[in-house]
Amino acid sequence: MRSIELAAGEELNPLIPHTAEIIVGFIAFSLLYMVLRRAVVPRFEKAFAERTDAIQGGMERAERAQREAEAALNQYKSQLADARGEAQSIREEARVQGAAIIEEMRAKAQEEAARITASAQAAIEAERQQAVNSLRNEVGALATELASKIVGEALDDQVRQSRIVDRFLSDLEKSK
Amino acid sequence: MLVSYAAEVGKEEGFNPPDAGDFNLPPFIEGNEFATKPILLVFLSVILISVFFILSSRKAAVVPSKLQFAGESIYGFVRNDLGREVIGHEFMRFVPYLFTLFTFILVNNIFGIVPLLQFPTMSRISFPYVLAAFTFFIFHYVGIRKQGFFKYMKEIMFLPGIPKPAYILITPLELATYFLVRPMTLSLRLFANMFAGHLLLLVFILGGEHLLQGVIGLKLVSPFSFAIGIALTFFEFMVQCLQAYIFTLLTALYIAGALAEEH
Repeated sequence: MRSIELAAGEELNPLIPHTAEIIVGFIAFSLLYMVLRRAVVPRFEKAFAERTDAIQGGMERAERAQREAEAALNQYKSQLADARGEAQSIREEARVQGAAIIEEMRAKAQEEAARITASAQAAIEAERQQAVNSLRNEVGALATELASKIVGEALDDQVRQSRIVDRFLSDLEKSK
Repeated sequence: MLVSYAAEVGKEEGFNPPDAGDFNLPPFIEGNEFATKPILLVFLSVILISVFFILSSRKAAVVPSKLQFAGESIYGFVRNDLGREVIGHEFMRFVPYLFTLFTFILVNNIFGIVPLLQFPTMSRISFPYVLAAFTFFIFHYVGIRKQGFFKYMKEIMFLPGIPKPAYILITPLELATYFLVRPMTLSLRLFANMFAGHLLLLVFILGGEHLLQGVIGLKLVSPFSFAIGIALTFFEFMVQCLQAYIFTLLTALYIAGALAEEH
């Protein structure tokens, strides 16, 4: 319609727009805009977001796994240190106990030795006393007998006899 | 139209070099302005883009399929390299618009070298006008919304750090830049690139065809003309992608400028 009205020169001018084309351009472009905006952009955005999320999620998971591994390692290390410390303390305790036992045994042995020595000394002392006593009696009898033989006088009077012996003995001791 | 035009100016029997008339394709249905090739191509582009991106994003997964990867690459390019890099932290609001703009221009441009279609829709000035108008209204709306009407206008008209008398010169220039030059250059750049590119292809391919019908000497030259036509087709592909990129990039830059507190 327009082309009929227009002169040939105007029709040829490529800078003059056509009403029909402007209407179509407007409608077609708006239509395309709505389709892309409604149906395409949100889906691509969703895919982008999911991808970002997947990558970040993966990284977060890896970080978490690493943190857990580190925690486990630290735990094992501390447990190992504890076990070592415990072993050390047990060894120390055993050493102390061993030393104590040895000390105790030694003390007991010394005590025993002292006891045996003491009883032996006591026995010896008793025997010596006994020997001294019997010796004194025998020496007394011998000396009396000898004296009676020498002086020829019977010293049967018991009292006198013992007095003479005692005197003799004390004289003997004095002369020593 | 083409026929009537040819009849009017009385085309001669020989070679008629392609001109602006070749871009005025007659409607399929007589008298119906909507039944033209560019309009059908625009609708075709809308259908193709929608179907491709809906299919590629339908089962959008963390690990993309090949189709999803293809769609996602284009989307990611617009979103990250044009949106996030240029606009900054508020970019997400504008990604659907930039994405639509880029794919719409790209596909319609590429129609220029797709066999059988072979017409860049953007060589019809109406479509670049519409797109530039969208960008124009969006970046001014964003700026006014963000800073308030008077502050926004003040920042456009009175650049800080300039001696007062210089405003006599600078203010009209700034106003012209924001309200005339930007939308005009946006649309004309896209239009002119597509128009000229298509014209070039027409010259070499129609020329080659015409040479083929000439005498034996001209027949021998004809393959060179076709070869240049084919080489230019590759060149055109580059230009078509580049223009889609530039239009979208400039839109992003204008939006970023309107969002920024200081110009």
